[in-house]
Amino acid sequence: MQVTLDVRRFNPEDANPKPYRKTYTVEAEDYFTVLDALIQVREYQDPTLALRCSCRASICGSCAMRINGHAKLACKTKLTSVMDAQGNVRVEPAGNMPVVKDLIVDMKPFWDKVRAVDPWLQPEGPEPEGEYLAPNEAMLHLTGVMSCIMCGICVSDCTVLEVDSNFLGPAALAKAYRFVGDPRDGANVARLKKLNEYGGMWDCTRCYECVQVCPKGVAPMDRIMALRDKAITAGFTGTTGARHAEVFAASIKHTGWLNEFWLLPKTLGMFNPLSLPALLGALPIALRAVRHNKLPHMFHKPISGIQHVRRIFDKVEAPK
Amino acid sequence: MSVYQHDVIVVGAGLAGMRATIAAQSRGANVAMISKVHPVRSHSNAAQGGINAALTSRGDSWEDHALATVKGSDYLADQDAVEVMCQEAGAALIELEHMGVIFSRDEDGRLGTRRFGGQEQARTFFVADITGAAMLHVLYEQIMHSKVRVYEEWFVTSLVMEDGECRGVVAIELMTGQLHLIKAKAVILATGGSGRVYEPTTNGMVVTADGHALAYRAGAAIMDMEMVQYHPTTLKGNGVLITEAARGEGAYLLNSDGDRFMQKYAPHMMELASRDVVSRSEQTEINEGRGVDGCVFLDLRHLGRELIETKLSYIQEVAGDFANVDLSKQPIPIRPGNHYIMGGIKTDVHGATSIPGLYAAGECACVSVHGANRLGANSLLDTIIFGRRAGEAAAARATEVGDKPVPESVLSVDKEAIRSFLSRKPNKDMAAKIRLEMGETMNEHVAVFRNEAGMQTALQTIRQLRERYAELAVQDKGQVFNTNLLFTLELGFMLDTAEIICASALARKESRGAHFRTDIPQRDDANWLKHTLAYFTQAGPRIDYAPVTITRWQPQVRSY
Ligand SMILES: Cc1cc2nc3c(=O)[nH]c(=O)nc-3n(C[C@H](O)[C@H](O)[C@H](O)COP(=O)(O)OP(=O)(O)OC[C@H]3O[C@@H](n4cnc5c(N)ncnc54)[C@H](O)[C@@H]3O)c2cc1C
Ligand code: FES
Repeated sequence: MQVTLDVRRFNPEDANPKPYRKTYTVEAEDYFTVLDALIQVREYQDPTLALRCSCRASICGSCAMRINGHAKLACKTKLTSVMDAQGNVRVEPAGNMPVVKDLIVDMKPFWDKVRAVDPWLQPEGPEPEGEYLAPNEAMLHLTGVMSCIMCGICVSDCTVLEVDSNFLGPAALAKAYRFVGDPRDGANVARLKKLNEYGGMWDCTRCYECVQVCPKGVAPMDRIMALRDKAITAGFTGTTGARHAEVFAASIKHTGWLNEFWLLPKTLGMFNPLSLPALLGALPIALRAVRHNKLPHMFHKPISGIQHVRRIFDKVEAPK
Repeated sequence: MSVYQHDVIVVGAGLAGMRATIAAQSRGANVAMISKVHPVRSHSNAAQGGINAALTSRGDSWEDHALATVKGSDYLADQDAVEVMCQEAGAALIELEHMGVIFSRDEDGRLGTRRFGGQEQARTFFVADITGAAMLHVLYEQIMHSKVRVYEEWFVTSLVMEDGECRGVVAIELMTGQLHLIKAKAVILATGGSGRVYEPTTNGMVVTADGHALAYRAGAAIMDMEMVQYHPTTLKGNGVLITEAARGEGAYLLNSDGDRFMQKYAPHMMELASRDVVSRSEQTEINEGRGVDGCVFLDLRHLGRELIETKLSYIQEVAGDFANVDLSKQPIPIRPGNHYIMGGIKTDVHGATSIPGLYAAGECACVSVHGANRLGANSLLDTIIFGRRAGEAAAARATEVGDKPVPESVLSVDKEAIRSFLSRKPNKDMAAKIRLEMGETMNEHVAVFRNEAGMQTALQTIRQLRERYAELAVQDKGQVFNTNLLFTLELGFMLDTAEIICASALARKESRGAHFRTDIPQRDDANWLKHTLAYFTQAGPRIDYAPVTITRWQPQVRSY
């Protein structure tokens, strides 16, 4: 079959370096991946095309790029699964990282963030003579996280990083979870404390993008949620994020409704002078809501059947 | 150009390189690591099945592991080296666990094992079927912790030789295209295997025998290069591996009649005989018409979906992606494919090569613990044990030798070579075409079954390809990430290595382990119980020999 790759290229050594598009037509077998096609181009049509790849079996994490607008491993993406009826496929470098040349991006910011979570095991107490004893379930669970190949796909498509480069991002936070969830690690509390800070676990907006694009089933966002859980359990309830979760739950438990009117003030702390700027900052939105008759209700009557909702809460909150 | 200086420079950031780096640092050396790809992209991450170790604390015997290794090697391994490796394996494994590797456990929370080929005992420790990746990422965690300098995406083009000793490396920084000199009192090569000399192969595209060729060109002895392993279970199209752990967990090999044909060839060990034995059996079935489309079948159906999904999930993914097979429902077509090289840069048990100041560890080295055929899961062990030993020895050397001068003119040879590739007018030829011809030739003639005429053809073809290589032009004229130039230089390394493999294979007039000659099918201990050595000369490899060290296991007839 014939496939046309529409590749976004960039050569920093051009007189006036600007990204540009170039199309290549490749005679491909129907089992070809996008990487197979790119290699055909690089080897036989245009050796100046730059990309990273090695294992061609989705384990080395080199070949992350955007294919039809979403980050994917080129070696795990069959042409037939992404080309349109005319055989076109759009290929661009991964996002949220500076482009070096063609499909190669600079992963330094990515690794700086991984490094920021102190990504090494920090056991407590004297080393045992043999192995640490650990339940196999715990190890199997961590295998799910260790399957991360650090390809940067989740970071490429993270919607928070797009607007806030301070966010640690899904890959680094998943890596952090690999230690927090490791029964052998002794630095849990210190780790959680650090991850509670600005740019950490509470800055994820739960858009699910990272879960969707991760080629290895690591589900970074689920790991971030697990970190939040562990942080609250460990007593880190003073953050905006933790309070937001509490206020949210309390409102549902109380009336069955989410009371949006009080959500922000209660989350920020109504009598907290430090939250004044944020509250004032929200005022224009509130005023606009009033103007459009969209200000949320201040009070809600409990929904009918609220007792069932509360039963769910009781069940979930009961000590295990 | 800049000049950098360290006590020890480690070339390669796979398992061997990282383990060496950590060891050298712990001995107080100023060590740096250099790698043409980011460390976690190294090909060690492809190792699936596991790592062998006899835990004597729970009643296993390292001597038993050593004997299996020696028998597996068809008695070509040096037994002193095998003893070192197997004796130190338990402690090394526990050390890895303490660093953070999330090895599978048994019901009591202790390390769990699986069976691997060529051994009666289950002594292979594993992380599902991503053992290599899980180990590589944990060692990289330690590297991040150590804050050693990593020259990431730097490509070593040659070793710096002065007064017969190695004093550093020359390397291209890929991001800028600049050529640099890195001086060191000791250099450790940990550049991995040579898979891409063959086509297809289970190895990644960066596995291009650079270290073999770098050491060869510098004058080091390169040993037993005829010993190339074909893995019994690889996918037809792209050569991707299906781990031996599948058979370790109980999978069957079937021919087109649905027979478990290993009954004929290895009635006792069946599917878990040594790799050379299983690969030959499969190839015989295929050659005699009991295959389908050049393949036989690996059948996992009776293992059940749950086992497959927890212990073999990565190959389940690979089988789905590349062969459209659900392992719990269908047998998968597989065939023997190029996988590993037992031969390499000759070292002693401290990683020292025949050149002062130059060390080697991992797949590029030949200690020799694998002899004529490596046991599955012994390679990861090799990288960890001899990586550490090489790191320690290199650090020790650094405290003994003083700073010695290196003229900056050492860069001029590489500079000129690069300039001529870039300035040459393109002809119709391409690096990719030469590589493909090389790979297919090697895969046809220097494979599971070999004979004199075929190996001669291969050698002649490689020599012709070298002539074409000398005329090759690099079309990308840029500085930044010139991958075109990179592949061209890698191809040069591979052609050297291919030539060494052919010459070494032609020299050995017997069949042993992976080197099976249909024209001389017998092992001949009287004349050939010895290592093949290859040395660089302008006219091609000069072949010499070295004795095999035998400590306690006399050669026996080998049956499984
Ligand atoms: C698919 C597959 C599965 C395997 N499964 C197992 C298994 O289950 N058990 C087992 O024991 N073994 C297994 N093996 C074998 C084992 O994985 C390898 O032999 C071993 O990992 C090699 O490690 P290494 O550190 O020597 O080299 P690598 O991990 O290949 O590292 C080589 C390093 O050298 C660097 N390098 C190379 N050339 C240059 C240069 N010119 N300049 C700068 N840097 C350079 C690379 O960047 C890389 O960092 C498997 C192999 C494959 C291919
Ligand atoms: S090439 Fe290794 S992940 Fe795609």
